[in-house]
Amino acid sequence: MIENRWILPEGVDELLPSEAASLEHLRRKITDLYVSWGYELIVPPFIEYLESLLTGTGRESDLQTFKLVDQLNGRTIGVRADMTPQIARIEAHRLKREGVSRLFYMGTTLRTLSDGLFGSRSPMQLGAELYGHAGAGSDAEIISLMLATLECCGAETVYLDLGHVGIFRGLAHEAGLSEAEETALFDMYQRKSVPELDAFIGEHVSGRDMAQRLRGLVSLSGDESVLAEAAALLEGASAEVRGALDDLREISTQLRARHADIRIHYDLSELRGYTYHTGVVFAAYLDGSGQEVARGGRYDDVSACFGRSRPATGFSTDLKVLNELACSAAGADHNPRREAILVTDTSHPGVWQEISRLRSAGETVACALSEAVPETDTLVFTRRLVLKDGTWKTEEYNHG
Amino acid sequence: MSQPSLTIALSKGRIFKETLPLLAAAGIEPQDDPESSRKLIIGTNDPSVKLLIVRASDVPTYVQYAGADLGVTGKDVLMEHGGEGLYELLDLQIARCKLMVAARPETDLEPRTRLRVATKFVNCARRYFASQSRQVDIIKLYGSMELAPLVGLADAIVDVVDTGNTLRANGLAPRLHIADISSRLVVNKASMKMKHAAVRSLVAQIAAKTGQ
Repeated sequence: MIENRWILPEGVDELLPSEAASLEHLRRKITDLYVSWGYELIVPPFIEYLESLLTGTGRESDLQTFKLVDQLNGRTIGVRADMTPQIARIEAHRLKREGVSRLFYMGTTLRTLSDGLFGSRSPMQLGAELYGHAGAGSDAEIISLMLATLECCGAETVYLDLGHVGIFRGLAHEAGLSEAEETALFDMYQRKSVPELDAFIGEHVSGRDMAQRLRGLVSLSGDESVLAEAAALLEGASAEVRGALDDLREISTQLRARHADIRIHYDLSELRGYTYHTGVVFAAYLDGSGQEVARGGRYDDVSACFGRSRPATGFSTDLKVLNELACSAAGADHNPRREAILVTDTSHPGVWQEISRLRSAGETVACALSEAVPETDTLVFTRRLVLKDGTWKTEEYNHG
Repeated sequence: MSQPSLTIALSKGRIFKETLPLLAAAGIEPQDDPESSRKLIIGTNDPSVKLLIVRASDVPTYVQYAGADLGVTGKDVLMEHGGEGLYELLDLQIARCKLMVAARPETDLEPRTRLRVATKFVNCARRYFASQSRQVDIIKLYGSMELAPLVGLADAIVDVVDTGNTLRANGLAPRLHIADISSRLVVNKASMKMKHAAVRSLVAQIAAKTGQ
């Protein structure tokens, strides 16, 4: 096995200097952006007891979580596969705020299975959450912040996919479906499997109106005209269903006011994260990427298991994916060279103070470590620090 | 904005032949015959539509990861793949067959020990027998499954059965029905969202032809 010692586990990667520099630059830009929107950074732990990590998100996150045993007490610890439940715990149990909390987080997560093609098993999750407000205003703010994040990475054409789980949930309640039937139906909508849906409705749904609504829901995807179609289809549906549609329309109106050229694709049978989402669900797609780059939604009851039920909405994405996006948008140089000042003689008293002064002024300064011409792959010495007539000066330097 | 381009993944042979009339209904005619051409990307009379010729079992993978916007694939392949990341908008009602458990007519399918099953549909087989509350041993094979019971490699096979001629010729019989199979039109989720108008119109024209 010695010859394979260099190999990394599947779905695990590392960043070399140029990508790492770009990632760090992006991280700072995004932090500044979120702070300017009034969001506060929190840093949850990398591991937690499994029970706290698996709140409300069900079986999928159980499967996604790497587990180990705490030698101190035998309890099972999970390595976070998703930071969202951690934010819910901290917000409900530690912060205990009455008003609105605007929080953001970024950190490495670990997943047993990767999402998608060549997907990472250790994404650097980045996200923002808004606790303490139920309504279109906070959903629109969170979606806007997601769009601003993508813009910050140089994304040009962003497609926003909007749905609302309340529509399906309301219809399922109204139709009086059992939990098993609702799950089967959910699965068919997720795959938009019209043939199976027809068969299911024929067998399990009584009432022509309800059958028509459930059958029509799967086709409610497309541009803004979908909202009018939905209003017509769902006119006689329960208040829960119509309320969800009104909510979606209001969010859409607010987003259009904020972003004049936004491209919204409505998909009313999109049920991403159905087990924990309670309202709007959304995702961002980019031209040329077959998968969503950021996603989120409203999940009002998620912190109830920590003793406080708070309305909440949020999104998350992978900073490494955003970094790739930023690198390709900027046509990043894979061998970035950096201009630097060379110091060949460090024997003079006072040289270190001068070097410190230059460094704090933003210069890159490196000392020659040997007599030979100093060589590095990325530092280009264009100037040299010299002592002339008792004062430190930098003079032009050319070697080679 | 110009008409976005669409790529459709399909496999050679029966699915390709039976899909042609459906594509023709949408005004799409391929410029090459995959049986005689070695090209894997085939242009059509519509410059914005291209066909990708891929192995049948690879169609869901191409579509899932946006190698193609749409694809035509058997429900058997889809069940085995899991269908993640795909929309299965239409049953094209072509390439019909059945997914079945087959064995020698005299084989006891409920032996006291675990039934040994050879198949290329490993997930389908495991799921089917689990739904019957049965644990079975599964052997993955890539083809000529009929041979496995004959040489004692397995007690039964799970395979698609059309006429049943191959089974009969090898002394096997279809024994248990798992699912009715026909081809589906599948769509990549992102394409559905980003190229919505183009996808919708193609799907509508094919749906009209299949009478849905």
